[in-house]
Amino acid sequence: MLTIKDLYVSVEGKEILKGINLEVKPGEIHAIMGPNGSGKSTLANVLAGKEEFEVTSGEIIYEGEDLLELEPEDRAKKGIFLSFQYPVEIPGVPMVNFLKTAVNEHRKFRGEKEFTAGEFLKMMRQKEQLLDMNAHLTNRSVNEGFSGGEKKKNEIFQMALLQPKLGILDETDSGLDIDALKTVAHGVNALRTPENATIVVTHYQRLLEYIVPDHVHVLYNGKIVKSSGKELALELEEKGYDWIKQENGV
Amino acid sequence: MSVLVEKADLSLKYTGHYNDVKDLLTEGSSDILNSKRNKAFQDFVMQGIPTRKNENYKYTNLQPQFSPDYKFIHQREKTELDLNQAFRCDVPQLDTHLAFIFNGWYYEENRSVGQLPEGVILESLEKIAIEKPELLEKYAQLANTEEDPLVALNTTFAKDGYFLYVPKNTKIEKPIQLINFLQADKDAFSTQRNFVYIEEGADVKMIMCDHTLNLNSYLSNSVTEIFLGANAHLEYYSLQNQHNKTTSLNSVFIHQEKDSTATTLNSSLHGGLIRNNLKFILNGENAEANLFGMAFIDRKQHVDNFTQVIHAKPNCMSNQVYKNVLDDESTGAFAGRIHVVRDAQKTNAFQRNNNLLLTDSATMQTKPQLIIDADDVKCSHGATVGQIDEEALFYLRARGIDDKKARLMMMNAFAHEVIQQIKVEPLRDRIDELVDKRLKGEVARCHECAYNCEC
Repeated sequence: MLTIKDLYVSVEGKEILKGINLEVKPGEIHAIMGPNGSGKSTLANVLAGKEEFEVTSGEIIYEGEDLLELEPEDRAKKGIFLSFQYPVEIPGVPMVNFLKTAVNEHRKFRGEKEFTAGEFLKMMRQKEQLLDMNAHLTNRSVNEGFSGGEKKKNEIFQMALLQPKLGILDETDSGLDIDALKTVAHGVNALRTPENATIVVTHYQRLLEYIVPDHVHVLYNGKIVKSSGKELALELEEKGYDWIKQENGV
Repeated sequence: MSVLVEKADLSLKYTGHYNDVKDLLTEGSSDILNSKRNKAFQDFVMQGIPTRKNENYKYTNLQPQFSPDYKFIHQREKTELDLNQAFRCDVPQLDTHLAFIFNGWYYEENRSVGQLPEGVILESLEKIAIEKPELLEKYAQLANTEEDPLVALNTTFAKDGYFLYVPKNTKIEKPIQLINFLQADKDAFSTQRNFVYIEEGADVKMIMCDHTLNLNSYLSNSVTEIFLGANAHLEYYSLQNQHNKTTSLNSVFIHQEKDSTATTLNSSLHGGLIRNNLKFILNGENAEANLFGMAFIDRKQHVDNFTQVIHAKPNCMSNQVYKNVLDDESTGAFAGRIHVVRDAQKTNAFQRNNNLLLTDSATMQTKPQLIIDADDVKCSHGATVGQIDEEALFYLRARGIDDKKARLMMMNAFAHEVIQQIKVEPLRDRIDELVDKRLKGEVARCHECAYNCEC
């Protein structure tokens, strides 16, 4: 589904990613772990198409297509979803309008009939239950006045509405209490199918107790320095990132 | 020719014109209007046509606007059109008492006003000034000719406009809608003078719509004086939708007594150069004034809103929110003055001006000014000039919404804060739609009359 080959990325002239290789197959969950500043969020944002990240070399092939050639909105419509680390507040844009527009853009792209307001609301109410979303949140402006936990739940709620092929969760666990974490994880697990894949970007192992990865990669200083099964997350939890740093000669 | 000489020439032109048309101005007009002309003219000569040297016109140079040779419309002209027939306001569900004003003159054959509540008068100012001068005792008391050359020039030339009187405790359910048309056979200068007297406990909504009906250049200089009695309520909506060869100069004065509330909302959708002077005097305790404004401009358009709120008595509240979206090389200005006079304690006065620049060549000048002579007051002001939030834009795009649509959503969101202040629902829906079209770059028009022009 996704192949990243020798990817180098710079931000404002500073090299952040230095030769990433990654292969994600349908049905898999990959965890990308690493200390702060290792480049995890950069990788997530490059996949979503954020413009200030400059790809200096390497390639990303998504479903046989050169992902780097696509605009962010086209990537989204082709099934890539980024759950933001810091969801943006957009005063004046009502949640319902935003969600309906996003869903209908996806439907149009797939050649399906756009939802009417009534059809959309019905669908939305079902998904709200999945994420235990308080209905009053969808009456507000996008993320405006949402608590940290509500913002993160809202991200997964959007994921439930858009049903991506590849979900990228960027630090979705940060700022969540244990109940919210469970709800979010439950949402992500409920959305799993043999056809879709998830990349979980996280600093801590905690989320991986609830969203169990098939592969764990450790990103350090712009490179994947270790890849293994889910046991790697536990080892990291136990030994801390210093272990990785020492192994890599710091 | 030096600039100085040109300027002098320009003022001379208007001086010469006044001397030429003096008789025409007084002819058929009332004593009350005529009695103000000479003094007003002297005040105009003293001040001249505003240049940037005039502190209040720092961001709007009106010299070029006054230079062309306009035809002056100092006499009522017969219109060939029957406006009642030619114009249908196509805003669905908007049921109003409708009257037309043609080149500044109250249309003689208004037949769409309908049944007004007992005692309410909606008429030609000229006619009332002759027939019921007692209703115009306060004429020109708010509009001070010494303070503003446009007001002075208007008072010099003023012959007609609309007059509205709402007696004590009268609530007019349907809004009063006044439609200004500009249509002349050549470039024209129009003067319009309006007077509104709303007595104690009365309640009225007014909708003003400005349109141009052909492609000639126009300069419209209007002055409106509004008196609001104790516990009276006014909503005043102004929709400016004229073509780009129009200079629209509007001075509105609102005097409020105790417990009254007044809300003005100005929406500039189209126009070449628009200058809105708006002055509130809160002259009784617990009076409340809300001033809202929004402008959507592109190409070389210019919009300048200049507000003054005088808190003359304690315990009053004023709130201002002005928002502008500027595209291409358009230019905008906002200057807002809040003056809390001595002893106007417990004043609450707020002001905000937010601007969205869509290009690097659009410019915005914003200048808040607080003059506070009392010590127990709450005042705030804030201004922002910025571009579309790129983070928010990316967020929307990352959900599959294309760049253009995402920008549009954000621009609509920006304007929404002002739009939602429109309490007349069908009007709000229509403005919402017009703003959306305007932001999409489609031509937004308020009506589907046969005279749509292309600029």
